[in-house]
Amino acid sequence: MNPRTAVAVLATIVAVGLSACAPEDEPTGSSTPSGPDACSKEKLALKVPGTFTVGTDKPAYAPWFVDDDPSNGKGYESAVTYAVAEHLGFAASEVKWQTVQFNAAFAPGPKKFDLDVNQISISEDRRKAVDFSSGYYDVRQTVITTAGSKIANAKKVAELADAKLGAQVGTTSYTMLRDQIKPKQTPAVFDTNDLAVQALKNKQIDGIVVDLPTGFYMTAAQLDNGKIVGQLPAGGQAEQFGFVLEKGSPLTPCVSQAVDALKADGTLAKLQQQYLTAEGAPELS
Amino acid sequence: MSDWQPSALQQERLAYRRRRTVRSGVIAGVSTLVLVALLVVGIGSTPGWPRVRETFFNVDRGWEALPVVAQGLWLNIRVMLVCAVLIVVLGLTLAILRTLRGPIFFPLRIFAAAYTDVFRGLPLLLVIFLLGFGVPALQLRGLPNQAVIWGGVALVLTYSSYVAEVFRAGIESIHPSQRAAARSLGLSHRQTLRFVVLPQAVRRVLPPLLNDFVSLQKDSGLIAVLGVIDAIRAAQLETAEDFNFTPYVVAGMLFVALTIPLTRLTDWVARRQGWYGGGGGPV
Repeated sequence: MNPRTAVAVLATIVAVGLSACAPEDEPTGSSTPSGPDACSKEKLALKVPGTFTVGTDKPAYAPWFVDDDPSNGKGYESAVTYAVAEHLGFAASEVKWQTVQFNAAFAPGPKKFDLDVNQISISEDRRKAVDFSSGYYDVRQTVITTAGSKIANAKKVAELADAKLGAQVGTTSYTMLRDQIKPKQTPAVFDTNDLAVQALKNKQIDGIVVDLPTGFYMTAAQLDNGKIVGQLPAGGQAEQFGFVLEKGSPLTPCVSQAVDALKADGTLAKLQQQYLTAEGAPELS
Repeated sequence: MSDWQPSALQQERLAYRRRRTVRSGVIAGVSTLVLVALLVVGIGSTPGWPRVRETFFNVDRGWEALPVVAQGLWLNIRVMLVCAVLIVVLGLTLAILRTLRGPIFFPLRIFAAAYTDVFRGLPLLLVIFLLGFGVPALQLRGLPNQAVIWGGVALVLTYSSYVAEVFRAGIESIHPSQRAAARSLGLSHRQTLRFVVLPQAVRRVLPPLLNDFVSLQKDSGLIAVLGVIDAIRAAQLETAEDFNFTPYVVAGMLFVALTIPLTRLTDWVARRQGWYGGGGGPV
């Protein structure tokens, strides 16, 4: 074969190969479940038949998970996930957990999980990339610090503007820090909340913006002299955590239905009472 | 002007060569076009392409993210420039220490060898964490607390061990006859090193040094784990808003745009310094 033919053949193989080895796109799921038992266990389009595959990041933090083990059913997100699974007809033993990095949960392309639970806030912009279930938790953002820091006694959001504040990357905590506090110093952005806590201990930052339950955990368990400065005013639209599903997943309406049902029958409120209690965090004005 | 003309035979030869050149050009052009077209059609016809294009190559989103990412890149550039100077100085010093002769210098040689062994072996991320969170945790008075300073120190420590080895390779690649000749001319050890060995050594290792420099440029972003916002971290923050990865592509393009002129500059400097002189020119 002379080189020119070789190149032409190679190019054709590449072009044909790319389109040939690509799987057909999955059909987009309807927005509402059709028929009364469209969400029955047998009819669900699961990644692994008979198994409810759930992704979350590792380490899995309290109070969302307990002992870094999502499969023990303890911690708010773990408990809610098992409640949803039960509502859809799965036994606890049929729920399989997978480690899915936060970033991988919303990368384009097929997902290996049926749904992902990782304190991911629902937003319209994000909805272009993934499906969200109904929200399973209404989030409030708080500012925490250590006793004796310069923002320890702040009563107003404006008093925080001069402080060096930190947040976890990719969270709405960071967005709220940027948009509500409007800090004069560039915020510190950390890969994990643990690193933010370390920086706070080192006095490299004055405070951390986190969601309220995580704030309780940090001040109670991770810091020796932790203090909740207060809750940031809620934004225009209430922020909610939702399950992430593959864009166009036929499972989305079923999971939403399950979450709505759990909200209606008081299960979510009960679990929040058990794992995430909100007393002792003053409102910042 | 004379009215000389090439012979008919020569003119025929010239015309033939011209035709061949044009023909080669046309074939090369068409071949490239066809390959690109096939790739575009091939990738474009994959079922996932619309979503990949929307998620990674959204032009509007890229423009929107550009200022923020560029601001992050400014941190990378400053860290890189400051660290590069310190790294070259420290690396060269270590290399010289390690190539010193004579039993009296044994402790210095051992120190330099141990230093390169340790810092070349330690993962950079570990050094960054150790210095960036560990040193401030000591709560010592008078020491700076800023993440970017300790991150920079970690980069200098790690990269100077790489660069020291590159310099050492350069120094040891100089043929012993050069040293012998310099010594026989009456130059001292120090003068031999300064005027004969180092200039040749540095010229020889310019390309690998550039490699380390480009690598440093990208690794300067690793100090983002300490909380500072570099180009990649800025892109990550943008991506988190709407789960669109285009800002990462923007950051990547900015890094490449930084690297290419740098490579050309180094090639130019190397050529001007007669880089091709020692080992023979291009064949």
